[in-house]
Amino acid sequence: MIERRWKRWLHFYIPLGVFILVTLFPFYWMLITAIRPDEELYRSWRAVNNAPFWTLSPTLDHVRDLLAKTTFPRWLWNTFFIALVSTLISLVCGLFAGYALARLRFPGAGLLGTGIFVTYLVPQTLLFIPLADIIRNFHLGNTPWALILTYPTFLIPFCTWLLMGYFKTIPKELEECARIDGATRFGAMARIIFPIAVPGILSAGIFAFTLSWNEFIYALVFLSSPERKTVPVGVVSELIRGDIYFWGQLMAGALLGSVPVALVYSFFVEYYVTGLTGSVKG
Amino acid sequence: MKSSAAGGATGVEVALPHPSPTRAGRLTRVLDSERALAFMLLGPAVILLGVFIAYPFVMGIWLALSSTSVGNVGEYVGLRNFVKAWNDSIFQTAFRNTFVYTFWATIFKLALGMWLALLLNRHFRLKRIVRASMLLPFIIPTVLSTFAWRWMFDPTFSVLNWTLYQMGLIVTKLPFLSDGTYAMWCAIAINTWRGMPFFAITLLAGLQTISPELHEAAALDGANAWRRFRHVTWPLLKPVTLVVVVFSVIQTFSDFQLIYVLTGGGPANSTHLLATYAYQLGVASGLLGEGAAISLFMFPVLLLVVWLQLRYLRRMEGA
Repeated sequence: MIERRWKRWLHFYIPLGVFILVTLFPFYWMLITAIRPDEELYRSWRAVNNAPFWTLSPTLDHVRDLLAKTTFPRWLWNTFFIALVSTLISLVCGLFAGYALARLRFPGAGLLGTGIFVTYLVPQTLLFIPLADIIRNFHLGNTPWALILTYPTFLIPFCTWLLMGYFKTIPKELEECARIDGATRFGAMARIIFPIAVPGILSAGIFAFTLSWNEFIYALVFLSSPERKTVPVGVVSELIRGDIYFWGQLMAGALLGSVPVALVYSFFVEYYVTGLTGSVKG
Repeated sequence: MKSSAAGGATGVEVALPHPSPTRAGRLTRVLDSERALAFMLLGPAVILLGVFIAYPFVMGIWLALSSTSVGNVGEYVGLRNFVKAWNDSIFQTAFRNTFVYTFWATIFKLALGMWLALLLNRHFRLKRIVRASMLLPFIIPTVLSTFAWRWMFDPTFSVLNWTLYQMGLIVTKLPFLSDGTYAMWCAIAINTWRGMPFFAITLLAGLQTISPELHEAAALDGANAWRRFRHVTWPLLKPVTLVVVVFSVIQTFSDFQLIYVLTGGGPANSTHLLATYAYQLGVASGLLGEGAAISLFMFPVLLLVVWLQLRYLRRMEGA
């Protein structure tokens, strides 16, 4: 089938170009706002020689203010630490549970599998009010542990689901051989099956990490001191003073808060996409 | 899903009927019993999910039936919180908004995501990098990207207004976030922008499993592009689509952060969703009981969606 050139433009290049433009423009806008001096930012939109799409005098003032005058570096560290630890906890739980559901026979297996799948679909906004009360009663309020222990509630079901699917693709004969050679069931699982599942573990881990980095409502409700906050909550609650939006600083914060997760993503695109598509297919 | 449990290794038990007595420590025996091992392996996950999902859920129902507020234990009040919410005009707006928001955002995400998936499924230069960059809105924390949108919709300095004005399409500024109806559609647009890549990439993965030979055969039979999509691609893509739509409906219906950052429910409480209104009452005003009741209004819809999903999974297994 030979397509005529204009037809290919009309049906392919132009729509794809519009998709790319709309998808990426907000990120370009973050960048350009973050490096633009205030007097350019707040110029009337009808002013003459207003050039909103680029800047004539780029500056790093906003970034410098953000890093020096706010607790932003602290928020970055908090977010990273919380995301990493909750991802690790969820991976361990997910590995074990996924293996048990994929390989072991025990009463109530079907029910438990369904139960874990259903918790996967429970949104955080359904539970945040009672959960805030529980966190207070456990004396976990305003500590990183409030998030490290609650993030696994939406990460474990996903990790279990993904890894269970992965384990099912590994032939059972491998374990049986190891067992004949004298390995315990647990040993066969930990030394034979888990190493083979590394790509699956990586997919689940990358996806879980980005999910915890993005989480907002639990972090908003459970943390209160400025230096304990995560990036999304810190940017929302600490960079707006009164009713005044310091857009340069806000966009610098949005940009810097996005870079770590974008970097992780760009190194592991394939794994992320496997995690993403696996998250809905199981 | 249920078949997963049937994957037990009967062959293993035959190979090793009894743990050999020489290394039969107690631990070894326990670890070799399938039931005990399953119990231990599922323990951590079940405990965490029990403490932080099942328990809060039960507690949420109790709160919703009580007059609890911050610093006040409260007492059982029956359905009073639910009735009060139902007669509250802000709640009614939030309730309606949640359905409108979910409905339109899902339609747009599905239509545009499908279109984008079909485009990305073709061969072109820089394909890998384009595909990878299209997922960015989904990766970047929603709160942060919504701030960028809020700045683009700024009442005084909106770049979108500037562009439309320069193109001669408008003569006065559009009230993007200062008018309730405009603000709701802006929120739907941003939600679409953020969620469309998820649809596109998942549907693309589905498209890639469809053999090109089917399309060639249909083309030889004289089917045009639309008919090929309608009769070849769509039937094969339907299962994936259904699952993606379910996930998206749940996420959109329970959305909080986008509205919280974009409008905070304003102007004049006209853009609240159930989740943001629950937050305003339950956390900002400290009325835990009333807030929990409003959250629970989401439950029947979520239950229905999950039930449909489970029924569908069962049918797939049966087939």
